[in-house]
Amino acid sequence: MSLDLSWIIHWGLFNVVVLYGIGIFLPFAFYRNAHFQNLVAHGAAMAASIVGVVLGLAGLWAPEPVTFSVLSNLPLLTFQVRVDPLASFFVLIISLAGFAVSQFAMGYVREFENRRSIGALGGLYNAFLLSMTLVILADDGFFFLIVWEIMSLVSYFLVVTEHEKPETRYAGFFYLIMTHVGTAFIIVTYLVFYQQAGSFSFEAFRHPAAPLPEGFRTLAFAAALIGFGTKAGIVPLHVWLPYAHPAAPSHVSALMSGVMIKTAIYGLVRVYFDFLGGTFPWWWGFIVLAIGAVSALLGVMYALMEHDLKSLLAYHSVENIGIILMGIGAGMIFQSYGLSNLAALGLLAGLYHTINHAMFKGLLFLGAGSTLYATHTRNMEEYGGLIRKMPWTAFFFLVGAVSISALPPSNGFVSEWLTFQSLFLSFQIPDVLMKIMLPIGAAMLALTGVLALACFAKAFGISFLAMPRSAHAREAQEVPWAMRIGMAEMALFCVVLGLAPMGVVPMIDRVTAPLTGITIAEKIVSEGGFALVPAPDKGFASISTPVLGLLLIVLVPAALLTAVVIGGRLRKRFYKTWGCGINLKPRMEYTATGFTQPIKQVFDMIYRPTVKLETEMLEESRYFAKRMRFETHIEPVFQKYLYDPVVRVLSLLADRLRVVQAGSLHLYLTYIFLTLIILLLWVR
Amino acid sequence: MIESVVITFVQAVVILAVSPFIVGLIRKVKARLQCRQGPGWLQPYYDLVKLFRKDVVASTHTSWIFTASPYIIFASTLAAVLLVPIFLSTVPLNFAGDVITVVYLLALGTFFLILAGLDAGSAFGGMGSSREAIVASLTEPAMILSIFAVGLTAGSTNLSTIVHKTALLQGIVTDPPPHLMALAALFIVTLAETGRVPVDNPATHLELTMIHEAMILEYSGRYLALVEWASAMKLLLFLTLISNIFAPWGIATEPEPVWMIFGVAVWLVKVSGLAVLIGVIESMFAKLRLFRVTDFLGLAFILSLLAIIFFYILRG
Repeated sequence: MSLDLSWIIHWGLFNVVVLYGIGIFLPFAFYRNAHFQNLVAHGAAMAASIVGVVLGLAGLWAPEPVTFSVLSNLPLLTFQVRVDPLASFFVLIISLAGFAVSQFAMGYVREFENRRSIGALGGLYNAFLLSMTLVILADDGFFFLIVWEIMSLVSYFLVVTEHEKPETRYAGFFYLIMTHVGTAFIIVTYLVFYQQAGSFSFEAFRHPAAPLPEGFRTLAFAAALIGFGTKAGIVPLHVWLPYAHPAAPSHVSALMSGVMIKTAIYGLVRVYFDFLGGTFPWWWGFIVLAIGAVSALLGVMYALMEHDLKSLLAYHSVENIGIILMGIGAGMIFQSYGLSNLAALGLLAGLYHTINHAMFKGLLFLGAGSTLYATHTRNMEEYGGLIRKMPWTAFFFLVGAVSISALPPSNGFVSEWLTFQSLFLSFQIPDVLMKIMLPIGAAMLALTGVLALACFAKAFGISFLAMPRSAHAREAQEVPWAMRIGMAEMALFCVVLGLAPMGVVPMIDRVTAPLTGITIAEKIVSEGGFALVPAPDKGFASISTPVLGLLLIVLVPAALLTAVVIGGRLRKRFYKTWGCGINLKPRMEYTATGFTQPIKQVFDMIYRPTVKLETEMLEESRYFAKRMRFETHIEPVFQKYLYDPVVRVLSLLADRLRVVQAGSLHLYLTYIFLTLIILLLWVR
Repeated sequence: MIESVVITFVQAVVILAVSPFIVGLIRKVKARLQCRQGPGWLQPYYDLVKLFRKDVVASTHTSWIFTASPYIIFASTLAAVLLVPIFLSTVPLNFAGDVITVVYLLALGTFFLILAGLDAGSAFGGMGSSREAIVASLTEPAMILSIFAVGLTAGSTNLSTIVHKTALLQGIVTDPPPHLMALAALFIVTLAETGRVPVDNPATHLELTMIHEAMILEYSGRYLALVEWASAMKLLLFLTLISNIFAPWGIATEPEPVWMIFGVAVWLVKVSGLAVLIGVIESMFAKLRLFRVTDFLGLAFILSLLAIIFFYILRG
């Protein structure tokens, strides 16, 4: 059996690379036939994703990790990949999301026909998926950094697909800078390990010749947090994310928000639990938890104020990364106190939320892409009534909204519940401070959860319900079948992840078991597989989403039956909505801005809103307004107080440095000559 | 198995039957305090039956969300009720969900209620939805935390375990300060979640003041009946939570018919007492301005958080 799995893994590795490779290069062969380019590129991506799913599943169940390497003739570099459970799990996430997104893209990229080279778009798309997969599989520091950089650059090119818009160029530029700052810190992390390991191979990182001194370990912790955190979008390093993710074509946004930021989660888990061996002081976990809690809360709060549907979703990525980090942070705290049962639970909660978020955020971005495709605008205030024009899209978006709002029995509910439980179980920690801090984290998670519900009630209600608010929305049409099927697949993944936690938990347990040294799946899954119990020895609590789902499925017809039994046959008349005596117009509807106004006012400490109201009165009477102009903004706190000063100082420095950059070739030759002499002297 | 199904079914029937009575009781108390006779005890039941029999008028602007929401709200509230111990300390379905599940099941109803409010396109509905969103955001965390503060003593977030252990005083060490704070927080949450004065006024149809009523303004006939019945069940659920978590005595700890009947009687007395208290509060206080409401709800959140912190500090 083990031999078979190892063979499947090798087969999978080979085919994933070959199929994505076909997807990268073959579209260019069908020059001038955009339709065929589309089919080839996304067909190859779908095939590769299926192989990726097989590879991921095989890797999860393989008894031991499988490595495969290609030597290179460069020093310190080997193209080594390693398929262990952690990597397999993330490959599975990438491939599942990649499959549905590629299906969707087949319809969506028609939007770009005659405007863009479909071959280039499709090729880059495949390169993006391949580079993400290789980032996860890489087993060598140098190789990792190379594919990480390819992933960043390819995603940059995809972000600036619509480069004729200045805001897209700005978003791309911002992203490019931030991702390189992040990469710099990741390089620092690896250099720290290299110090003791003497090699860039991950195997050497895991088992260095001499243990790392405490100071270096802390440095590695901090550098990894900043480096991977930039990609993940933790507060305050998140500012690029709401610009870059929405600017990309929607199917790419789905991958960036759903999957790419997960490579950073992978990196963090890999460094903390694998390279550092899962031994660390409690305050590391506390910092991760605190950053997670702040990211979650601020992410959802800024999302609420966003009326660009895709930016709103991008801010929710910040929120969900926060929730994932809360689970992982709680796991780290438990690990440092030696409570490995609970450490595994926290990590499991975080990883469960990781796969869930990939699916529902992917689904929501595909939904946002569909509305964009149909209306050509991202502004929610111009939507309205889309549920009648686009019933399928509306339904799938609703599934995503229910999932991300963590309403039972959805998948988001399962993972948020597990996170809640791991935070509440803090009473087993001996330290009083941590006992108190974790429930405070739970309080922030609870607030985050309900604000997310409010936000998605707004997003769905304003976009899809009531009357169309603009000509764009009135003329909207349902999107092509390829896109609907893509969304349906994502929705199906969400539902399965929600209703079958007894299948998912043992799968993730295979990931956490080697990292925490303990397997908890049999303890968590109880009642014949129907319920989840976070701490069996304590009888703490349990949920059963299949039973909850069944309960709702039984009770809805029961309600229907009650109504028929008491009231008889339904007699229903239709009439227009009462508008206080005048005909109701879309302009009288509640807007997204109006909907979130109370929230803005309650949390004005955080938003610091500025409101400008200009009223022009009629000349005859001062009581009747002729024209009114209303403007409101929320303060971009982080950009104003954190980024702008840094940028100012850097510009100032660059100005000063201009002296050496005089533009004279002779001067540059002198510099080169001087550098050479200094180097020669130094080497001697 | 059969016993479990029967008990669950009986619980559903009891809640369905008693919830209109509680609404009527509060109205009666308010009427008496205003020196009125008030409508008869059966009036809420007549109202429901009448609404069920009436024709439905739906807006042409609405979608299937508007039609489906009453059923979803009714079902999710009833599902939440089935997870809460009422007359038997360990409900058969307790393994299916804990207090977090109850809160999120109610949130499922709130979510669809907010959507239904927006669906007709009327500004009233939108206003109600918008206000409900902020009220829910502030109350639901407080609800989870306040019950967790009590759950800490029982070492569980499972409602049945909490109630069962507290009823039998099994390994329970009560610390009055955290419990009182949690009780206060949960009571504020109850007032807010069930749309009571001083947060919302169930008797008003004035657009400046209404929250819940604004969202359901477009509903009529059997849809309105289902939504009203669901909110009555929600009210009863909260009163049950308060009485059974903080004072579960008298509840049946074994599924013996005699004790369960006794449990129903004791429970009725307890929730009626709380309903009278709510009626008195509604008569004594004025509704708060919307942006004062948030301070009031913030208080509940802080109290519940303090309850947890105090619990650990007192235990060391």
